[in-house]
Amino acid sequence: MEEQRQDYDVLVIGGGNAALCAAIAARSAGASVLVLEAATKFYRGGNTRHTRNMRCAHDRATETLSGPYTEEEFWDDLLRVTGGETNEDLARHMIHQSKAMLGWIAKQGVRFQPSLGGTLSLGRTNSFFLGGGRSMLNALYKTAGGLGVDVLYEAEVVELEIEDGFFCSATYMHNGERRNVGARSLVAAAGGFESNIEWLKEGWGEIADNFLIRGTSNNRGTVLRMLLDNGVDRIGDPTQCHAVAIDARAPKFDGGIITRLDCVVFGIVVNKLSQRFYDEGEDIWPKRYAIWGRLVAAQPDQIAYIIFDSPSLRRFMPSLYPPIEASTIEELAGKLGLDPAALARTVGDFNAAVQPGTFNDAILDDCRTEGLTPPKSHWAQKIETVPFYAYPVRPGITFTYMGVRVNKQARMIMADGRPAANMFAAGEIMAGNVLGRGYAAGIGMTVGSVFGKISGEGAAGNAHN
Amino acid sequence: MHTTKALAEANRLMTVCNSCRYCEGLCAVFPAMEMRRSFADGDLNYLANLCHSCGGCYIDCQFTAPHEFDVNVPRTLAIVRSESYAAHVWPQAMSGVFRRNGLVISLLTAATISAFFIGMMLVHSSGGMFRAYADADGSFYALMPHNVMAGVFTAVSAVAALAMVLSIRNFWRAAGTSLPIAMAPADIWQAIRDAATMRYLEGGGQGCYEDEAVGTDNRRFYHHLTFYGFMLCFASTSVATSYHYLLGMEAPYPWYDLPVVLGTIGGIGLLIGPVGLLLAKKKRDPMVQDDSFRGMEVGFIVMLFLTSLTGLALMLMRETAAMGVLLALHLGIVAALFLTMPYGKFMHGLYRFTALVRYSAERRLHM
Ligand SMILES: Cc1cc2nc3c(=O)[nH]c(=O)nc-3n(C[C@H](O)[C@H](O)[C@H](O)COP(=O)(O)OP(=O)(O)OC[C@H]3O[C@@H](n4cnc5c(N)ncnc54)[C@H](O)[C@@H]3O)c2cc1C
Ligand code: SF4
Ligand code: SF4
Repeated sequence: MEEQRQDYDVLVIGGGNAALCAAIAARSAGASVLVLEAATKFYRGGNTRHTRNMRCAHDRATETLSGPYTEEEFWDDLLRVTGGETNEDLARHMIHQSKAMLGWIAKQGVRFQPSLGGTLSLGRTNSFFLGGGRSMLNALYKTAGGLGVDVLYEAEVVELEIEDGFFCSATYMHNGERRNVGARSLVAAAGGFESNIEWLKEGWGEIADNFLIRGTSNNRGTVLRMLLDNGVDRIGDPTQCHAVAIDARAPKFDGGIITRLDCVVFGIVVNKLSQRFYDEGEDIWPKRYAIWGRLVAAQPDQIAYIIFDSPSLRRFMPSLYPPIEASTIEELAGKLGLDPAALARTVGDFNAAVQPGTFNDAILDDCRTEGLTPPKSHWAQKIETVPFYAYPVRPGITFTYMGVRVNKQARMIMADGRPAANMFAAGEIMAGNVLGRGYAAGIGMTVGSVFGKISGEGAAGNAHN
Repeated sequence: MHTTKALAEANRLMTVCNSCRYCEGLCAVFPAMEMRRSFADGDLNYLANLCHSCGGCYIDCQFTAPHEFDVNVPRTLAIVRSESYAAHVWPQAMSGVFRRNGLVISLLTAATISAFFIGMMLVHSSGGMFRAYADADGSFYALMPHNVMAGVFTAVSAVAALAMVLSIRNFWRAAGTSLPIAMAPADIWQAIRDAATMRYLEGGGQGCYEDEAVGTDNRRFYHHLTFYGFMLCFASTSVATSYHYLLGMEAPYPWYDLPVVLGTIGGIGLLIGPVGLLLAKKKRDPMVQDDSFRGMEVGFIVMLFLTSLTGLALMLMRETAAMGVLLALHLGIVAALFLTMPYGKFMHGLYRFTALVRYSAERRLHM
């Protein structure tokens, strides 16, 4: 590695799914490629290492996908979750390209399996990586290495030399030294800014101090900032992100998937004043999973508690930390630091409002409350069987959406509307182009793979001209 | 709650993995784990014996050290697995032997028995021990009566078999702590197929983990040589025994006859296989291995190698003056191998097979 060539056709910044897809595509198109990854080899591919699946359109069932998922259906889903806040042209392009992606990714050595136990609702739409995201990354790195892509770990890019929308070179830190490398084209695939709490505060205010970051601590948006400062157009709202309610006991960074909780629909959720604040049974869980981060962020001190009773304990996937357990609601309140009388009142009011019905967590059942605000529209069952359980939850930020604007070639667009001469972007750093808000499982990887491959091909083509 | 540190750690890891499940496509351990919510010692011992130590879930895991969750399933299950042999052994008084059952114990046992045989030969052959016998002289039995040989080995095998059966029974019972099942013949057939191919050594298809960049399948290859080599030698002995008692044909047999052919092919497998396994062990990432039972593992592998080496030497030199000593050595080593079987690494095969039977039944009944 010491005898690195000074200049490359394509420089890729980042080391996740988007970066590796770009590097492999560029190298396959004949370009010389250097990947600069800020993380150590172990932590390479910051958020990608935590993933489990990707969403691609396909016309027929496969060995690992239980049925067809057409482009049109994918588009309908995206339209619904984003509430229309997406660039239709770009999104449809991504969805169309996603079809070929399954085969392309598999060709790079990534293996798939049928959907994981506990996520069966995704068995038709999403392809699950055998062994998860780190296994997927291992395969991509192995393929990239075999093709002759150079990779440097612990190489954080700290400066970009850009002249009037034209990328010249990048400066990075390696072994405590500043180094410079030039390239004919740039692919920025360095993730979002979710682990930069100060930047999150610019959108969210001080409450961002109470957020937990589910993935890498390396996605601080430094490259995004440099690009914006150099005149690349910004897209998206700084508060928009994928945020779920995760166990409040999770570490500040990198707790990953295992701190997730899937039990909201089985109980009630109260804030620190012991009050409910949202319909826990509004819709099936996979459709509501990604709204609870924002909901909890809006509560005092950004904390909430999921309260349920013993019949529900085995109805959802286990998670890392055991639930807090008590034999009365008052005792539970005490353990959670809540006002026992207030919690008992909330649970009592809820129980009194529960209507008779036939519980079925596989459908929108008829178990609901009557005369309660907010209501619980489905799966409402009295919380009455000891022991009682609770999980404390906080907003867990998965990744941010605000990024650089790109066109269909994944080429960055400058603030004055001109396409950048030789700069491309893929992954979280440009997710806001398709995800104005909302989320559907597996789209993060689709954005990275599809635009990664496009940007790598574009960057290689650019370098040859 | 858990009887050892390794079991407590395995319980912690299974709680982590059960919330993650990313590895569920790699092998039988994870689907079996998913059928449970909590893990008693018996469950963990069972899961540990389902693990083939392919290492796949180590390189695929996002939570291994330096991550603070410090997940290392292969190593932890390796320790639990080794401990499980001792935990279920019959008689319990022998449980301490596993940690110490290195090469030294096996070799001492072999030496003692060989010395006994040599003494016997000296007496029986009345001074003719160091003479060369032609096959036509009925060479082996010129030095040692067949009945003595058969008697010693029947006794040794019976003791070993009894200990093994009772140990496996203990294991089977404990494994059912959380999930009751009833075994069916189909499960045994399934387990035979899984064991015969070492299906779960492949980590979901990439081959067992030796180097991150290149998944290779060498351990499976060498294990096949060892296992099938052992089985062929066993078959050779069985055929020879039937020849003797059923057909009245006495050893030694000509080179083209079944016992010799089986024994030779098996013996060659048993020479190459163990050496390959030892080398593969050295080459593997120390992070996915556990060293605390190394003696037990090396002891077993070396004994297999010596069994084959002395067996082949005996076949080649049986008409020379060295025959007597070689015969005593070979028989001593084989007897020691049998005697130490229930208290060493050999048991991994039986426990794993039992675990595979159980897994097949669990899948049938609970998935
Ligand atoms: C727990 C969890 C589970 C998830 N599960 C899924 C899922 O199942 N399906 C799905 O589609 N999405 C999932 N996501 C989202 C998904 O991880 C991301 O959308 C996707 O991985 C983004 O890929 P990327 O390549 O853009 O970024 P990353 O994979 O995060 O890679 C960015 C890389 O850039 C590097 N970097 C940052 N700054 C610099 C710099 N200045 N210089 C050099 N390198 C730098 C970082 O070290 C990092 O490795 C999940 C996220 C989390 C946190
Ligand atoms: S070994 Fe790691 S990746 Fe695999 S299931 Fe366990 S926690 Fe998940
Ligand atoms: S090491 Fe291999 S066999 Fe053992 S649990 Fe992990 S993946 Fe399964």
